Amino acid sequence: MWGFLKRPVVVTADINLHLVALTGMGLLSRLWQLTYPRAVVFDEVYYGQYISFYMKRIFFLDDSGPPFGHMVLALGGYLGGFDGNFLWNRIGAENALITQSRLMLLESVLIFFNLLAVLSYLKFFNCQKQSPFSLSWWFWLTLTGVACSCAVGIKYMGVFTYMLMLVVAAVHAWHLIGDQTLSNVRVFCHLLARAVALLVIPAVLYLLFFYVHLILLFRSGPHDQIMSSAFQASLEGGLARITQGQPLEVAFGSQVTLRSVFGKPVPCWLHSHQNTYPMIYENGRGSSHQQQVTCYPFKDVNNWWIVKDPRRHQLVVSSPLRPVRHGDMVQLVHGMTARSLNTHDVAAPMSPHSQEVSCYIDYNISMPAQNLWRLEIVNRRSDTEVWKTILSEVRFVHVNTSSVLKLSGAHLPDWGFRQLEIVGEKLSRGYHESTVWNVEEHRYGTSQEQREREWELNSPVQVDASRNLSFMARFSELQWRMLVLRSDDSEHKYSSSPLEWVTLDTNIAYWLHPRTSAQIHLLGNIVIWVSGSLALAIYMLLFLWYLLRRRRNVHDLPQDAWLRWVLVGALCAGGWAVNYLPFFLMEKTLFLYHYLPALTFQILLLPVVLQHISDHLCRSQLQRSVFSALVVAWYSSACHVSNTLRPLTYGDKSLSPEELKALRWKDSWDILIRKH
Amino acid sequence: MPPATGGGLAETELRPRRGRCGPQATRAADRDVAARAAARNPKRPARGSRRFETASRWALLALVTLLSFATRFHRLDEPPHICWDETHFGKMGSYYINRTFFFDVHPPLGKMLIGLAGYLSGYDGTFLFQKPGDKYEHHSYMGMRGFCAFLGSWLVPFAYLTVLDLSKSLSAALLTAALLTFDTGCLTLSQYILLDPILMFFIMAAMLSMVKYNSCVDRPFSAPWWFWLSLTGVSLAGALGVKFVGLFIILQVGLNTIADLWYLFGDLSLSLVTVGKHLTARVLCLIVLPLALYTATFAVHFMVLSKSGPGDGFFSSAFQARLSGNNLHNASIPEHLAYGSVITVKNLQMAIGYLHSHRHLYPEGIGARQQQVTTYLHKDYNNLWIIKKHNTNSDPLDPSFPVEFVRHGDIIRLEHKETSRNLHSHYHEAPLTRKHYQVTGYGINGTGDSNDFWRIEVVNRKFGNRIKVLRSRIRLIHLVTGCVLGSSGKVLPKWGWEQLEVTCTPYLKETLNSIWNVEDHINPKLPNISLNVLQPSFPEILLESHMVMIWGNNGLKPKDNEFTSKPWHWPINYQGLRFSGVNDTDFRVYLLGNPVVWWLNLLSIALYLLSGSIIAIAMQRGTRVPAEVAGLSQVLLRGGGQVLLGWMLHYFPFFLMGRVLYFHHYFPAMLFSSMLTGILWDTLLRLCAWGLASWPLARGIHVAGILSLLLGTAYSFYLFHPLAYGMVGPLAQDPQSPMAGLRWLDSWEF
Repeated sequence: MWGFLKRPVVVTADINLHLVALTGMGLLSRLWQLTYPRAVVFDEVYYGQYISFYMKRIFFLDDSGPPFGHMVLALGGYLGGFDGNFLWNRIGAENALITQSRLMLLESVLIFFNLLAVLSYLKFFNCQKQSPFSLSWWFWLTLTGVACSCAVGIKYMGVFTYMLMLVVAAVHAWHLIGDQTLSNVRVFCHLLARAVALLVIPAVLYLLFFYVHLILLFRSGPHDQIMSSAFQASLEGGLARITQGQPLEVAFGSQVTLRSVFGKPVPCWLHSHQNTYPMIYENGRGSSHQQQVTCYPFKDVNNWWIVKDPRRHQLVVSSPLRPVRHGDMVQLVHGMTARSLNTHDVAAPMSPHSQEVSCYIDYNISMPAQNLWRLEIVNRRSDTEVWKTILSEVRFVHVNTSSVLKLSGAHLPDWGFRQLEIVGEKLSRGYHESTVWNVEEHRYGTSQEQREREWELNSPVQVDASRNLSFMARFSELQWRMLVLRSDDSEHKYSSSPLEWVTLDTNIAYWLHPRTSAQIHLLGNIVIWVSGSLALAIYMLLFLWYLLRRRRNVHDLPQDAWLRWVLVGALCAGGWAVNYLPFFLMEKTLFLYHYLPALTFQILLLPVVLQHISDHLCRSQLQRSVFSALVVAWYSSACHVSNTLRPLTYGDKSLSPEELKALRWKDSWDILIRKH
Repeated sequence: MPPATGGGLAETELRPRRGRCGPQATRAADRDVAARAAARNPKRPARGSRRFETASRWALLALVTLLSFATRFHRLDEPPHICWDETHFGKMGSYYINRTFFFDVHPPLGKMLIGLAGYLSGYDGTFLFQKPGDKYEHHSYMGMRGFCAFLGSWLVPFAYLTVLDLSKSLSAALLTAALLTFDTGCLTLSQYILLDPILMFFIMAAMLSMVKYNSCVDRPFSAPWWFWLSLTGVSLAGALGVKFVGLFIILQVGLNTIADLWYLFGDLSLSLVTVGKHLTARVLCLIVLPLALYTATFAVHFMVLSKSGPGDGFFSSAFQARLSGNNLHNASIPEHLAYGSVITVKNLQMAIGYLHSHRHLYPEGIGARQQQVTTYLHKDYNNLWIIKKHNTNSDPLDPSFPVEFVRHGDIIRLEHKETSRNLHSHYHEAPLTRKHYQVTGYGINGTGDSNDFWRIEVVNRKFGNRIKVLRSRIRLIHLVTGCVLGSSGKVLPKWGWEQLEVTCTPYLKETLNSIWNVEDHINPKLPNISLNVLQPSFPEILLESHMVMIWGNNGLKPKDNEFTSKPWHWPINYQGLRFSGVNDTDFRVYLLGNPVVWWLNLLSIALYLLSGSIIAIAMQRGTRVPAEVAGLSQVLLRGGGQVLLGWMLHYFPFFLMGRVLYFHHYFPAMLFSSMLTGILWDTLLRLCAWGLASWPLARGIHVAGILSLLLGTAYSFYLFHPLAYGMVGPLAQDPQSPMAGLRWLDSWEF
């Protein structure tokens, strides 16, 4: 522990007893009774589920991070002989717990790669001084990049450490540029090598993770609905089974289902049914009393519409086919009721600022039909592009009022069967996905008679060719959905705020034995936490003090000691800051374990500060011995606390309520006490 | 001019380049320019040209100012109806004139100034400002518009002077002034009753005075130095007092000051005492002075707005007692709660309201089918509750019993006055927040069961204390389940009359949602005291109004299915804002930047980053360059760097904001961006001219470049001016339209 400052040197020089002993201790404490709670613990519910998905090759989407971490766990599971058929749905179910980390959560893996990145950068930095472009120089440089991208690949939190490494590397590169003993070519080589190792390699690796992720998960699964039709069509089973072999070009006479591209609050299809809007709404406003048009989140025969040419009467495709192009005028006829989509200057039921959309009933109605729509293909390449199944994103602009067909997001009340409201948006302010639709299912209509057509609509779609999405298109869509997907931030019993983490005012109960009161908590060693924060504060104060004094030309530290002191601070204090401060800006539900990466950096700083105090601030031998004694006392108290809290860490001992109460050192700790 | 040396430590080299302040500064700069001019054609006499230059300098400034005022005041009275947000800020100005209390998410200074302008120009505060498009008719609105246009006009000369000081180049300053004068966006935004011209005025004033005081650095503690330093402080207070966006310019001045102090601190010729003096001066002028002024605006705000108005409900009970016309004003009620008191209980979280119950049951399938308990924002008889002892049902108002006060920690029962049911909770799921327990009204005529018992606790008090009206923060803890009464803030469906859900939460987290206070209090057996004693002090009011403002700002969340403006739209001028009119028969005004100006700005930022890094790397590599190039690169790196920092500070934070954003939020950043453009093109053209010095027409390059940029901007303004000054007639698709052929992006709506 004392050797941290010298670590970059020491470790290469002699892999000494220290290191072996420390590693041994670390492994022992981590692996100790690892298999003990033979039950699913806390978030393992989720991660375990995801692993099963990998085993079964089912597509899923998780917003907490990129897929690498899940895959690492899955690999572990695979090696451990886990067959994916176990259902991870209940905390407490029996199962063979797999060895990736003590608890199968992602944080420990993230911390591992964070530290690996820092360590290898330090090693690289040492090589830089002695032998640039040597083999070990390349090795450590590349390892830094790889570790960074692995960290990012596990959780997006890893980005912050990556950024820190980039900044430190950039500062060093800047010094390198200033070094006039090097030739221009050499400087350029240095910069190029860094750019490749720290920018290109991580980016490629990151893509690779997704590539493997998408290759592994080729079957459709529970999160399909979030993705676009095109993405879904590329998965085996699910939508692909239906859409496989649909005709590509939509023509006049085509029968289609139209899916809202926005998909919020739920993915849904344009829908209509026999029921009409109520004559008078509850708040006294009147409606057109025409047939309702809604958005319906389930597949239904009433989702089918026929694309009709306004100039002709027929509802079937003609031969030759007349494809529909961007800018064409169309009518949309509802398949089951044969009424056409209409909008007019009547306020919509839930969004009175927009127009009501209805299916026009042609009897007993004083209003004229306004059922002409102009087709706009949003993602067109040319202005004469043909409307394509799945691929084209289209808007319907009403010809008379230039309002746009839009999913308002509001739910209709009981009279509308709680389906989603569709409106004509008059003041459409630019492009918004809620006004965009795509054809999901499609076939050419052949039956002129209504009865025949109903039969045709109910029959399955005919099949002819398949479509594939390129990897980059799938990657960018998946990445985008992961970044924008917001899980509903519900209050969780153990959720906490970042301020509570530093003072360890919170804990997380992971597991409670079904019968006894043995339990596992995520709970820090309070001595370590306090001294970690203290070390950080001391570091900052000392740093400021030295900095100010150096500015006045008082050099307390020799130049190389000062540079090391700054570098260590940039890495450790900086690592703490970048892994902690961003949480204040996040709006999602936060837990204590989010603090662990930051804490690791803080703990790294601790021995540095101790060493510094002993080396530079203790002037006499006496002071130094006193200080050493203090450190030993501190260390043993940390050990003592760790030992006292052991039952809560390993969950191996059943404690009596009194003992548990005694362990509850802070009122805010939530330790489970059984009432008998 | 300093010689270029390696190492890139610009500070030491740059020191001599900073001019002096006041008239001497101009003279010093003159000498600089004159010397340069003299170097170029040595035949010209220096003395005569200096006087000429000074005169032309002032003439140019006057011209720039005049042009700015002329463009801003041209057709200011059109359209004679409410445009866009005038409906808010005009209304708020009227509130000041009528002295009615209201609530807004911005600090008060801007609206106060609008109100003052209206008052001085004879507006009587009677116009309702109901919705955009309403005609002003006989109401005098020109005073308020004129005031905003007046402040907006100053932006151009301020930018001109700032750039002049940073680059010491007339052409750069002229270019900047032209960009801003001819930008339709800045023009439109300055012509209406809005906060933005006021905000931008203060931001630019702060920037200008900061730059000026930077150039006084060689004469510290002189009168001009003090003047500019304190003027910076005053402008900062102004900017923050108009909108919280003013924080960004504060940040910029702060960074500049830290850098400045760092330099002074490293100057070993200065004693620590002198450095201390410098520090104190800055603390006084840049922290103490602005804070005092900012607080003063709030003091005026609260003093002026003394009548009850639409903003009351957002504030706490104690706060409302200040406002005349509010039912808590000058009210007198008993101070301490006693058994038998009839009370209303208000949630401390903002916009939750009073604990409420009514004769309707929870519907089938939602918890137990008992009477609903909700929270309700308006005053109502159903908000009244009676405090009773948990174990007796005797009438505590019987005169034969002595008064017994409720104390912290007592077990009580709350009986709903209208329906005589007890506040009740049990192990059933709450209707919306499934993890909490349901709260109901239970029992007949006050007789219920043990689930009606609550322990009343005052936050942070000792056991046995009495409970004060308004002041005590109360928690109600359910005795049987140990949960805490709170409101989740979620709106119940129609069966609950869209009131808010009340739950009992088993998680003992301290949030305002589970803390209540007693507002109304009726007990005939107790002496009334005047509420005026309970009035909050000024710091408390200040704190509360800030909390409410922050809460209000956070509440402005975009809806999922609405189109919202994104920060990345702004610099590319993706989409404007409709100020007035939609159809072809309306008088239409459309807030949109002059695309030529904006796209030039965008290009300039990219170009600046490129040329800046090339120069920085060259300096870091220790490349030797002639003095003139070194001087120009210093202007680019230092002057340009300052402005670039301003642009970043006024732009990037918006990416982190969760609230609804609008296009006009970009305009402060746009000012900085235009200044950067001015500095960049002038410097690049000069560098170009220097590089081609052997060519006979080399000097012409600079002049021609600047002239063509000036003329191009002016011509584009001629094309796009109908956006700002208003247009009638067909939309741009029609060839007859004044804007025909100018709708370069599909997303522009004119």
